[in-house]
Amino acid sequence: MAYNLKEVMNKKERLTPGHRMCAGCGATIGVRAVLRALHEEDRAVIGNATGCLEVSTYTYPYTAWEDSYIHNAFENAGATLSGVETAFRALKKRGKLPSDENFKFITFGGDGGTYDIGFQSLSGAMERGHDMVYVCYDNGAYMNTGIQRSSATPMYADTTTTPVGSASNGKMQSRKDLASIIAEHNVPYVAQTTFTKDFKDIHKKSEKAIYTEGACFLNLLAPCPRGWRYETADIMEICRLAVETCYWPLFEVDHGSWTLTYEPKHKLPIEDFLKPQGRFRHLFKPGNEDLIAQFQAEVDRRWEDLLYKCSR
Amino acid sequence: MSMKDRMSGNEAVAYAIRQIDPDVMPAFPITPSTEIPQMVSTYIANGQMNTEFIPVESEHSSMSATIGAEAAGARSLTATSSCGLALMWEELLVAASDRMPCVMAVVNRTLSGPININCDHTDAMGARDTGWIQIYAENNQEAYDNFIQAYPIAEDKRVHLPVMICQDGFITSHAVENIILNEDPDVKEFVGEYDPEEYLLNPGKPIAIGPYAISSYVMEARKAQEEAMENAKTVIKEVAKRYREKFGRGYEFFEEYRTEDAEYIMIIMGSAAGTAKQAADDLREKGIKAGVLKLRVFRPFPASEIADAVKNAKAIAIMDRCESYNGHGGPLSSEVRAGLYESGSSVRALCYTYGLGGRDFTVECVYGVFDELQEMMKDNKKFKQHRYIGLRTREPEVG
Repeated sequence: MAYNLKEVMNKKERLTPGHRMCAGCGATIGVRAVLRALHEEDRAVIGNATGCLEVSTYTYPYTAWEDSYIHNAFENAGATLSGVETAFRALKKRGKLPSDENFKFITFGGDGGTYDIGFQSLSGAMERGHDMVYVCYDNGAYMNTGIQRSSATPMYADTTTTPVGSASNGKMQSRKDLASIIAEHNVPYVAQTTFTKDFKDIHKKSEKAIYTEGACFLNLLAPCPRGWRYETADIMEICRLAVETCYWPLFEVDHGSWTLTYEPKHKLPIEDFLKPQGRFRHLFKPGNEDLIAQFQAEVDRRWEDLLYKCSR
Repeated sequence: MSMKDRMSGNEAVAYAIRQIDPDVMPAFPITPSTEIPQMVSTYIANGQMNTEFIPVESEHSSMSATIGAEAAGARSLTATSSCGLALMWEELLVAASDRMPCVMAVVNRTLSGPININCDHTDAMGARDTGWIQIYAENNQEAYDNFIQAYPIAEDKRVHLPVMICQDGFITSHAVENIILNEDPDVKEFVGEYDPEEYLLNPGKPIAIGPYAISSYVMEARKAQEEAMENAKTVIKEVAKRYREKFGRGYEFFEEYRTEDAEYIMIIMGSAAGTAKQAADDLREKGIKAGVLKLRVFRPFPASEIADAVKNAKAIAIMDRCESYNGHGGPLSSEVRAGLYESGSSVRALCYTYGLGGRDFTVECVYGVFDELQEMMKDNKKFKQHRYIGLRTREPEVG
C-alpha cells in the first residue's frame, strides 16, 4: 500500500495524550509512530522496560496506553514479553483464545534497558525467536536517572557520569552498535531508523517489523532535549543531521540481507550534528580539533563498514 | 484411586507438573533442581503434556517470563535452586506485588560462598519476605502432595499470591523413596481450570500491569498483599482439607509428632524432620519426653498456632538450616520467638544452626540438642542461646 502521511497521521492514537513525558521528547514521538504501523483491527500487548516512558505513561491509577500493557522491571522487557507471547501460543493451542485472534507483541526500552542492563534478556528473547518486536528508543544515556552514560552514548558526550572537566573530555569510548549485534543473532528483521520529514522510514520499518513473523528489532534514534541540550523545537533538524552526517545511518537487515534505506547525497561533516548540542560544546573549544577529527574518523569507519555490508 | 511407585523428589514434582499440565514453563538449569525442567521437557517431547516450555537464558528471565505469561492469562511456573533463586529476587517481589498466582518448585540449596551445591535453606529463607507463600516438604510424598495443592491456594480469589513449594536438595530431590501417586484425572479435577478475571490477552478488555505509583498508593497496595497473606491461612487449610478428602493424605501448617505430653520439643523444617522424629522415638524409649514440631508452612507464618502447640513444654529447640548473621539465631528462631512473646509464653528456647551446605544431620545431632535442653533446665542454667550443632571438630594441623 502506498504511504500517505495524512492518512497515517489521522489514525487513532494508541498512546493517548495526558501522559507526563517532556514536551518534544523523542521517545513518545517514536512510540506513536511505531504504533501507527499497527493495523487498526489488530490488538497488541505493549511491553516496557523501566524508564522515562514507563514512569510517565502509566502512573497509577492512570494509563495512557490503549492496548494491554505490561511493565515488569528495568532489565527484563525481552524476557517478560517472551512470556506473554508464549502464553498467547499456549492459550490458542488449548482453545482458550479463538484461533483467529490476532495479538501483536511490541516492547519499548530505552538504551539503558536495552544496550546495557537488559542486553542479556533481549539477546535471549531474540535468539529464541519469539514473535515480537523490540523497539529501543535510543537517546544515548540513562535519561530517567539524570543523564548518566550508557554504552549507546557517543564518544566525548558530556554526561553526569562522564562529566567534562579540566582532566576529562567526556565519554572516552564510542557507542556500541546494537543494531548490528542483534542482526548477528540472525533474526528475520532488524532496522535502524529515526524521524524523517514524512515519517515514512519509521512507519515502513515498524510495519515490516510488526508483520514479519519472529523476533524483530528496531533501533530508533529518539533525541532527548534535556540530555542533548538542543533547542526542543529543533528535534527534526537534529534527526536530519544525525542521518546526513552518517552518524545514524538508516538501514535494514531483512533475513540477513543488508540494505541502506537512505544514502545522503552529500555526507555532511560531523560538526553539523555535534554543534547544536550542549553535550558536545567542549569539542568546539580551540585546541580540541583533534577530538572532532577522531569522532569523524570513527563515523567514517563505521559508515564504510555499513556500505560494505550493504554491497555484499 | 492411587498408585504406588518409587521416585525421587524431583521426579515426583515433575510428575505432578505433568499431571497439572500448566500452560507455560520458563526455566533455567541449576543444581539440584535441573532435573525438573529436564523431565518436563521430556514429557513435552514425548507428547505427554501440552505445556509451552521456554528455555530462557537465566533465572532472572525465567521468573520475568513466568510473570509475563501469568499476566497474559496463562497458568505458569518455574523451578530453581540457590543462586538461581537469588538472581530472581527482584522478580519475586514483582510477582507477588503484581498478584501473580504462579508457582515455583524450589529445591533448596545453599548459596555461595564457598560455592557448594548441597542442601540448606539459605536460598528460600533469603526470599522469605518477598510476598510468596512458602511450603516445605519432609520427603518426596510431601513435595508431590504440596505441589498439587499449590495452584488451588495461589489462584484462590482471596489469595492471588505466588507459591513456592520447597524440598531439600539431594536429600529429598535425588533420593528415591516409595510414593503414592494420584491418578491423572483426579489431579486435573482437584486443580481445576485457571480462569483469571483480568489478563493481558483478554480480547477487547485491555489492562495495564506494573504501574509507577506515588507515595499515596504504595502502602495500600502492600497492605492488600498482607491481607491476602492472612487470607492464605484460611485457604491453605481449606485446600488441605479438600486434599485429604479426595486423596486421603492430610496436611496442616505443621505436624505435631509426640508433642502432646512432650517436655522438650524440637521445631524443624524439611527432610531433617524425619531424623528428628526417629531420634524422638529413641529418646522416648529412654524415658525422655521428646517431641517434634515439623513446620510445613513458613509463609504465612503460623506464629500463634506454634506458640499454642509448645505451651506446655519445658524447653524447645528451634532449628535453622540457615544463618541470619544477627547474632541470635536464624529466621525460624526469630519468628518462633516473636510468636512466643506475643502469646505471653515463657517457654525457654535454644536456637540451633545445623546442616549448612549439606552437612549431615544425624540422630546423634538430635540427641545432642535434647541433651542440652535438659541440661539447661536441670538447674535453670544460663545457656548461650544461639548454638551450632554438627560442627566438625578442629583437625590437627598437618606437619
